[in-house]
Amino acid sequence: MSEYMLETRGLGITFGGLKAAQNVNLQIKPGELYGLIGPNGAGKTTIFNLLTGVYKPTAGQFFLDGNELTGKNQAAINRAGIARTFQNIRLFSNMTVIDNVLVGMGNSSDCNLAQSLFRTPFYWKSEADMRAEARDLLRIFGLDEERRTLSSALPYGKQRLLEIARALATKPKLLLLDEPAAGMNPQETAELTDTIKSIRDRFNLTVLLIEHDMNLVTGVCERLTVLNFGTVLAQGNADEVLHNPEVIRAYLGDD
Amino acid sequence: MKLSDMPKQKFKLKHHINLFIVLGLFLIFLTFELTSGLRQSVRDLLVQIAYSAILAVSLNIVVGLLGELSLGHAGFMCVGAYIGGLIGNALWSSVPHIAALIAAMIGGGCAAAIAGLLIGIPTLRLKGDYLAITTLAFGEIVRNIFKNQAVFGKALGLSTSYYGKNLFIIAWIALFFTVLFAQNLQKSKHGRAIQAIRDSEISAKAMGVDVTYYKLVAFVLAAFFAGVAGALYAHNVTPVRDTFFKFDKSIEILVMVVLGGMGNLTGSLIAAFALTFVNVKLDVWLSGDLASIKKIVYAAILIIVVIWNNAPALRSIREKYSLMRWWTDMRERMPKPQKEEAEPPTTANWDKIPTKIPMDSIISTDISVREEEDPNASERKPEVK
Repeated sequence: MSEYMLETRGLGITFGGLKAAQNVNLQIKPGELYGLIGPNGAGKTTIFNLLTGVYKPTAGQFFLDGNELTGKNQAAINRAGIARTFQNIRLFSNMTVIDNVLVGMGNSSDCNLAQSLFRTPFYWKSEADMRAEARDLLRIFGLDEERRTLSSALPYGKQRLLEIARALATKPKLLLLDEPAAGMNPQETAELTDTIKSIRDRFNLTVLLIEHDMNLVTGVCERLTVLNFGTVLAQGNADEVLHNPEVIRAYLGDD
Repeated sequence: MKLSDMPKQKFKLKHHINLFIVLGLFLIFLTFELTSGLRQSVRDLLVQIAYSAILAVSLNIVVGLLGELSLGHAGFMCVGAYIGGLIGNALWSSVPHIAALIAAMIGGGCAAAIAGLLIGIPTLRLKGDYLAITTLAFGEIVRNIFKNQAVFGKALGLSTSYYGKNLFIIAWIALFFTVLFAQNLQKSKHGRAIQAIRDSEISAKAMGVDVTYYKLVAFVLAAFFAGVAGALYAHNVTPVRDTFFKFDKSIEILVMVVLGGMGNLTGSLIAAFALTFVNVKLDVWLSGDLASIKKIVYAAILIIVVIWNNAPALRSIREKYSLMRWWTDMRERMPKPQKEEAEPPTTANWDKIPTKIPMDSIISTDISVREEEDPNASERKPEVK
């Protein structure tokens, strides 16, 4: 195992003349809960999009557990072990809750098309394994009861949890959470803090999260990187970073 | 793998309703045929119904599951009809007719699948309207290519061998297998991946779904079955003329899928049965001078069906008097047998670790309201009282 679960070296992207992210260096250790914060438009989601292959970086490289993934497509990056959730929920809305999770499980099944069409014994076996595993996952998030409802019919909070469950179904090493607490009340946020910690322990995960809610950030993240205008403003332990005058100025402005 | 390792599946009628519809109707007609013999016009109608239903079910894979509009389905049928007809002609005198027909169906299906692959690779990057227009163009191009080849008889059409009065049996068996495969696809990891692409391509990619591959799977499978339907057509009607596979044929298939409810296999089947029946019967009833109003009557029927399905007022009437509701009411009034809930199977041992956090409390948006509604709230949190 490599020293870092995720390492980026001088990662950057420009859209025409706009430097959305430049020279971003992250070093995240295995098992770490790492936060990526910054004011609106700082380039946080852009970094996620680079790390998941939605955009191809115009500069720099990134490595997952020592393997270079720069320039790979989204599906390949997911199979290499990076899963994500979305800032605005993007569930498979016309599919049931369990089917949403099963889509993520599909990558780890070796069942090929012919086996699916002819329903060979191997198909039944792999289907039953996937289903059992999916239900275990749903049970952890308290969604097992609703597994047959359409995902669009779930209440908002549960949809957010389902997004995390679906991402975990792809068996990632690194989980990227894009504003998981958006739209949640303080109570829910507090519980989410525990959930994130407990899934890290259960699934042996490394978590990188974007968040605006400082309660969640201070409650969850061990180390932080602050972005502003696409560049790294500060990096280090959560307490130090949040008391850094540069960071305070970026959030609150001068005086 | 040993057979005893196979996980047991409870057999449920509602999961196989489509197969039962096909099998049931087929057996009814087969019984009539074997006892008193069907009229030739009925046999002919049955063949037409079978290939229309194959077309509708296969188009449903692209339109309903993948969520892309394809207006070139008749083009794939055209490929299957010409190539299948040619294969049938070549084998007709040398092997038993049934073998020649099966070879024609498989050959026609494969040719159409290859056409699907060739057209799919460059065009499946397109979406929505753009893909629809491209497939529309494909249908017309294919038709015109076949029309201008001497091998296929140019504008006079390819004269094929008529299989005989038992074609409807083969056609319905082919329909049975089409429905079986479409259904198996839908409930497999491949089908789920295809539906995931329909719902959100972005998150499908983020879940590791290879979008191009699965789009091609849907497209090629649909093309294959359309090709099989084409080969069936070629052995029912001779000569095979390109004019049959015009743009309006594609639309006709699309109408069946839309009317049946996109993504609804049973709906596609029933719509294909009903519309083909109406279409053929209108041809008979409205002959002579009345033939010119056939299209008007057909269109009026379509409009009535759409209104019947979708108008809110009619919908509430329908729900009030629906057979389904009567049936569920009946079942509710019956005394229910007490059943023990079986423990759900588990593989991983995650759930043996006690959860620290009450997950269900994450969900509520307003705590005070939840505690009022929940009669157990005070039991769980005694320190509140």
